[in-house]
Amino acid sequence: MTTHFGLLLLFALFVSVAFAALMRDDPREQLRFGARLFGGFVAAGLILGWLLYPFPI
Amino acid sequence: MRATAAERVQTTTNTYLICAGAWLLPGAGHLWQGRYEKGLIFLITLPLMFACGLWLEGRLFPFEPSQPLVALAAIADIGIGLPYFVAKALGAGVGRVVSVTYEYGNAFVIVAGLLNMLVVLDAYDVAQGRK
Repeated sequence: MTTHFGLLLLFALFVSVAFAALMRDDPREQLRFGARLFGGFVAAGLILGWLLYPFPI
Repeated sequence: MRATAAERVQTTTNTYLICAGAWLLPGAGHLWQGRYEKGLIFLITLPLMFACGLWLEGRLFPFEPSQPLVALAAIADIGIGLPYFVAKALGAGVGRVVSVTYEYGNAFVIVAGLLNMLVVLDAYDVAQGRK
């Protein structure tokens, strides 16, 4: 669970749930918005991770 | 019918009390106003995220005005309310800088506090009848 990817998933899950509850009132809308947000977080993390891969940080 | 001055003072006082409660216990502002579903989500999610940050050896930053970024992190940490003071009292949040999860822990703790600040603003909007 404490892998970089595992923590990315956990962070994305928490933030998506909180934002979905904040931004939408209808439970079905919350689920859709939260799922899209979660997917966006994970996709952005993976894409940025690969883009930064060549840099020796 | 227009509200009397006494009613307006009462409403304002209630709004501030709701905001204080929402800050102190994540989700309390929504629970107070009958938004049980949202209140429960915040009550579970935000303290759990904060606890995960402490488990990942994140640090509860001290309020240090001479170091602006540390002071900002401290303000964000305090945003979670009661869990912050409980963690402090239990001696948690010392932060082990050599731990591989240290920065992740900080991110979890800080973001949990910032999210609770947004929740307080949402509770304020609900109390004002904007939502």
